[in-house]
Amino acid sequence: MKKGMNKILWSTLGLLLAAVWGLPFLYSVWTAFHDEIYSANFVLNAPLTLENFFEAWRAAPFALYFLNTLILITIVLIANLVLCTLVAYAFVRYRFRWSGILFALIMVQLLVSPEILIVENYLTLSRIGMIDTILGISLPYLTSAFGIFLLRQTFMTVPVSLDEAAQIEGAGAWRVLWNIYVPLAKPIYLAYALVSISFHWNNFLWPLIVTNSPEVRPVTVGLSVFATVESGVEWSLVNAATLMTTAPLIIAFIIFQRQFVANFMRAGIK
Amino acid sequence: MKTSTRFLTSCCAAAVMGVHATSLSAADLEFYFPVGVNAPAVDTIQALTDTWAALNPQHTVEAVYAGNYEETTTKALTAANAGQPPQVAVLLSIDLFTLIEEDVVVPISDIAHTPEDQEWIDGFYDGFMKDAEFEGKTYAIPFQRSTPVYYYNKDAFRAAGLDPEAPPTTWDEMIEMGKALTVKDSNGNVSQWGTRIPTLGLGGAWLFGGLVVSKGDVLTTQTGVEARIDTPATIASLEFLLELSEQGVMAPGGISWGDTPKAFLEGQTASMWTSTGNLSFVEENATFDWGVGFLPGGDGPGAPIGGGNFYIFSDTTDEEREAALDFIKFMTSPENAAIWSIATGYVAPRADAWETPEMKAYSERLPQALVALDQLQYAEREFATFQRAKVTQHLVDAIESVVTGNAEPAEALRAAQEGADAVLGEYK
Amino acid sequence: MNKRLPFGLAMVLLFVPCLLLVAFTHYPALRALLNSFWNNASSRRPSKFVGVENYQTLLEDDRLAQIMLNSTLYALGTIPLAIGLAIGMALLVNARLPGTSLMRLSFFMPTMLPMIAVANIWLFFYAPGIGLASQILGVFGLPPINFLGSTETSLVSMMFVAVWKEAGLFMIFYLAALQAVPENLKDAARLEGASATRIFFNIVLPLLRPTTIFVAVNALINAFRLVDHVIVMTRGGPNNSSALLLYYIYEVTFSQRDFAYGATLTVLMVCLLGVLAAVQFWVLNRKAHYQ
Repeated sequence: MKKGMNKILWSTLGLLLAAVWGLPFLYSVWTAFHDEIYSANFVLNAPLTLENFFEAWRAAPFALYFLNTLILITIVLIANLVLCTLVAYAFVRYRFRWSGILFALIMVQLLVSPEILIVENYLTLSRIGMIDTILGISLPYLTSAFGIFLLRQTFMTVPVSLDEAAQIEGAGAWRVLWNIYVPLAKPIYLAYALVSISFHWNNFLWPLIVTNSPEVRPVTVGLSVFATVESGVEWSLVNAATLMTTAPLIIAFIIFQRQFVANFMRAGIK
Repeated sequence: MKTSTRFLTSCCAAAVMGVHATSLSAADLEFYFPVGVNAPAVDTIQALTDTWAALNPQHTVEAVYAGNYEETTTKALTAANAGQPPQVAVLLSIDLFTLIEEDVVVPISDIAHTPEDQEWIDGFYDGFMKDAEFEGKTYAIPFQRSTPVYYYNKDAFRAAGLDPEAPPTTWDEMIEMGKALTVKDSNGNVSQWGTRIPTLGLGGAWLFGGLVVSKGDVLTTQTGVEARIDTPATIASLEFLLELSEQGVMAPGGISWGDTPKAFLEGQTASMWTSTGNLSFVEENATFDWGVGFLPGGDGPGAPIGGGNFYIFSDTTDEEREAALDFIKFMTSPENAAIWSIATGYVAPRADAWETPEMKAYSERLPQALVALDQLQYAEREFATFQRAKVTQHLVDAIESVVTGNAEPAEALRAAQEGADAVLGEYK
Repeated sequence: MNKRLPFGLAMVLLFVPCLLLVAFTHYPALRALLNSFWNNASSRRPSKFVGVENYQTLLEDDRLAQIMLNSTLYALGTIPLAIGLAIGMALLVNARLPGTSLMRLSFFMPTMLPMIAVANIWLFFYAPGIGLASQILGVFGLPPINFLGSTETSLVSMMFVAVWKEAGLFMIFYLAALQAVPENLKDAARLEGASATRIFFNIVLPLLRPTTIFVAVNALINAFRLVDHVIVMTRGGPNNSSALLLYYIYEVTFSQRDFAYGATLTVLMVCLLGVLAAVQFWVLNRKAHYQ
């Protein structure tokens, strides 16, 4: 009996916190789906409209921005998966001089991430003529210390016997990697991919600095350019654009909620 | 492995080619411009650009909306440093010195040197040309120019028993009428403030320049090396801002530029100081009767001139410069300046634009638009020096520290003057 | 296993990835150190070696002093708050209460949004007098708060934004850890008559320690790395009260165009992170020692 009461109490508390937590987002949804005059007035029967979304979509090349983000995360993700696998494989399967120091040097990137080094990385990019290119945005992120760390941890759990058995059958380094290590790390690849996609979808400062033209702008930069408050800002329009640019992630999340959570958990477990 | 490399290469090629299409026509222009979210402004620029391109099939032009003023300047400089500048851009008039120092723009008077060109340049209002010249050369052509004006809610004036056709003209009247306009709800909280002058950031510094002008002084001169931050006029101006909130006429604390039009439209404030660039936005969204007046002044009317000018970048071929000049002439022609001004509220920069039938019809329909033009004769250049961003930051810090109650006007302005002088010292 | 790595294979496995990593991590860090001893060159000023001049500027920079204080407060404020909330959320979501999926959705949603979108949302939420926050205060008869426009509240307001965005992600990690807590441990305690509170503090919390360390490190890095909301919401104002170090680096370098001072500030940032890493390493080591 007391337990039941407790449960109701905690449940109410939890839902209350969830409601407060959701307020800013719900407010944004409200403004996006109503006419500008209702953006700061809550009239319950105010007419809903999709006009803001149409207008925002018309006012800026969001389709292009989406495409740019898509290209960007594809480049980064493929490079990450390939390059981090190679490095992790070398560290787990082989012994070589200075491997400890090299690994420590790689892990420095966990702490000193590319965002911290915008000044010099911008100059480097400018020297090699890669400013304002999608590949230029992705360059500092192609090798990820986090990915290497995660895959190394996973590869270390691969049973030695499997590796040895494959060698007896005459498999070379590449076959062993492809047939033994990679399949066993599949869940980690998936988890890492989700984390990486959401990170690069959301990344802003570095793309802001290195892009100038709409042809290469990712959605985050496109959104910020769209929402600058120089002259009068229509809140409903900005909120519609904000929701629009994040919609793919939100929808994906709502559909695959459990998997998302499970995979993020996996990426966090060391 | 191989496929992914190929994919990377092709992505790279696509990304690079998208930006640098090879030159097949006489000139390929890239044109950076800044405007707010204000959709009609972007559409208008795009439409004008398209028209020019259609009239000049030998050229191409791509209009790039690069964000707000500051970001557009940053983008243009970044691109120029990387060796891929736009050929032409609308950038803040006050960035003239920065652009000269970075050596990225050419004087337009070097390209436009025929007598007809000179006549064309002479056709712009003097007020707008003040900050387009340096060392005897014209570097920029006015386009997206504005001054701030006093917007007020006539319905609120009526409700307060004030004459809706007689907005305040002096600081004293602003306080006096502001008190009448301030409305409190049953809890004693203010539901409508008397006025709203943005005090934060670059917008705050711009409006502050207007206060100073009305006290008979200026913040800078055309030399670009003088900052007059600590003067009797600036102290009086800052004290006036403080007084507005002390008298309960204006909300205390820093006031942001971006929220201001919204607060006005929501009836949160009975009046506001903001750019004429907001005219069309207010016209479209206001649910009440509203008017526009000169900025109330300390010792008489006064306002800062602000906004953006056309610049031509130096890393360009002769063909590109000629095409860019032609493009600028097209954009500032009387008819097009009128279209632009009507769509946005920016002040058409030439007298002949105001003579067009469209413009005459517009000022008849929306007489508020004429106020900024009339106010132009009392307006002075906006705060601009070499190392503009650094020097202005000192002024911004001074204003913000005072309005947020962290410093006294005199002391804050003295510190800002010292900071500005330290930056400008090596330029003198 | 653990064979010697043949040279050819090493080139393929290690050379390209590490080259990329070094080029955008170690090289720029060293380059920043070098550039910090030069002046900021422009067309009107030739570049020249200035020794420690930039560091003198750094020591005398009043704005920087304020910004370092802000950054410290920001880290000290956001990290414990985010962790505390994340643990609370994880407990709620893990308790199999009615409405759990709604709670999880609400808590985790902000994590999926880009910081720039979060900043837009909160900008309108905070707008004094008209935003939802003011309207809620109004319902209770309270005056609106000028969240972003006063020096007392701007930094705290930015902290809330960061916590709102991050707590959900940390909740996930705690959720994983909570689910790994052996039920029999709790059952045993319950049999001995321990209250729920005692069980939490004596059994569950110690088991969450590794997660807390992981989360704290992440939160610390993010506190220095993520300034998108500052750029969108306040530009560091008013009177620098919400400026953070990375934002300052961005402003000095890209809007004031002082690349030399930007490099100097970068060196400061890297050193600071280095010190924090050393402290963290020391703490972790000590912990390993006791176990």
